[in-house]
Amino acid sequence: MVRVVIPFHLRTLARVQGEVQLEVEGPVTVRAILDALEARFPMLRGTIRDHVTLDRRPFLRFFACEQDFSNEPSEVLLPEGVATGAEPFLIVGALAGG
Amino acid sequence: MSSVRVLVGTKKGAFILTADGKRQKWQVDGPLFGGWEMYHLKGSPVDPNRIYASQTSGWFGQIIQRSSDGGKTWEQPGTPAGEPTTTPEGMPKGESNKFVYDTSAETGKPLTTHQFYDGTQKPWVFKRVWHLEPSLTDSDTVYAGVEDAALFKTTDGGQSWHEQAGLRAIQGEKWGPGAGGMGLHTILLDPTNPQRIYIAISAAGAFRTDDGGKSWKVITKGLKSQYMPDPTAEIGFCVHNMAMNPKRPNVLFMQLHWDVMRSDNGGDLWHEVSGNLPTDFGFPIQVHAHEPDTVYVVPIKSDSEHYPPEGKLRVYRSRSGGNEWEALTKGLPQSDCYVNILRDAMAVDKLDSCGIYFGTTGGQVYCSPDSGDNWQSIVRDLPPVLSVEVQTLA
Repeated sequence: MVRVVIPFHLRTLARVQGEVQLEVEGPVTVRAILDALEARFPMLRGTIRDHVTLDRRPFLRFFACEQDFSNEPSEVLLPEGVATGAEPFLIVGALAGG
Repeated sequence: MSSVRVLVGTKKGAFILTADGKRQKWQVDGPLFGGWEMYHLKGSPVDPNRIYASQTSGWFGQIIQRSSDGGKTWEQPGTPAGEPTTTPEGMPKGESNKFVYDTSAETGKPLTTHQFYDGTQKPWVFKRVWHLEPSLTDSDTVYAGVEDAALFKTTDGGQSWHEQAGLRAIQGEKWGPGAGGMGLHTILLDPTNPQRIYIAISAAGAFRTDDGGKSWKVITKGLKSQYMPDPTAEIGFCVHNMAMNPKRPNVLFMQLHWDVMRSDNGGDLWHEVSGNLPTDFGFPIQVHAHEPDTVYVVPIKSDSEHYPPEGKLRVYRSRSGGNEWEALTKGLPQSDCYVNILRDAMAVDKLDSCGIYFGTTGGQVYCSPDSGDNWQSIVRDLPPVLSVEVQTLA
């Protein structure tokens, strides 16, 4: 079970509170987590990454075990702590804007 | 007894303001979608309980919201609460915020590029929905004007959107963004001819289709703008807003960047009707619901100073279809007022004594229940108002 923390506004859209827990099949990567997240919460499609290119939206960042995976290839394996559920995978909105 | 429902989009959420036909006592509900930029909300003329909303964010992109109960509850079309989130085939739903520009059927490449500020060509990149225009005959059909400028259409209640790409074929390579972006902000549906649609884009100009959106023509003849390198150019006009009275759909009024314009032939030719306005710069323009020659604008000092001249908030009304304008001031601040009124932030209701509404960048929403003679503030301290629409309910 992978734990995912999503920003406040996306929790509102998905109508969830607190962390999201997901079953992720296969290797735990950013792409695998986002695929699982969007499959369970289709209303989040397009809000974290582009519908077509699957590029990360510019003002969102991805963190795992205190490492920044925002600019890493989405197929890179995430740390064991995230894969086992010991640590959450963090989707964080940039501190920008008004 | 009749009532009105005013749909207000702001930079930090949406608000719904309701009153009976007297329009004196108001109930304010909101914020809905708190913290999000609500560019536009508009109800279906066919089913007033059906309301569409454009919810946007620099972080999370575009969301389309839909209500089927007059704004009490909302859902993203295709993903209602409690229903399966995948189709029977296992495909995820949630395409309601997917706005993808058409590409060439032969090459798969973008259909066209547009001009950027520096004169280079850029591909179209979707940013947000500026304006939603529900069909006059079907509550599941809606047009969306988007940035980068294009027209999209849904026929399934907002679950999926498809570009009307014929529009970008009209000299799209010459279109360029205005200071606020390259947005398609005005969509006027001709109630007497379902094949005829007018649209306007900053800063490309105005266009008309007479075949339901397949093909388009430029309708900018008669417009003039300072500093246009080619004074005979058809493209490049910063049209701010257009309006029509449904009873006389061939007559259009336009707030150009500078100049208030009128066309008596569906946009084929425009002439200036700025007349005695203190300044002819501004954003919104509206026409009285029952008097096709009664027009409203809000003059703004200049394109460099986006606030009312002399710090006096004045709506100007012409009862002669332009040229002769009178200032409407009763109930509006006449000193130290430096707000702006954005292009989609003015609306009229259909009650006998036509109500006029507008919202400001200072968070006020004003109503005149008597065609502009007297004004009251419905609410004073909202976030900056992006859009105002009104529904007249039986």
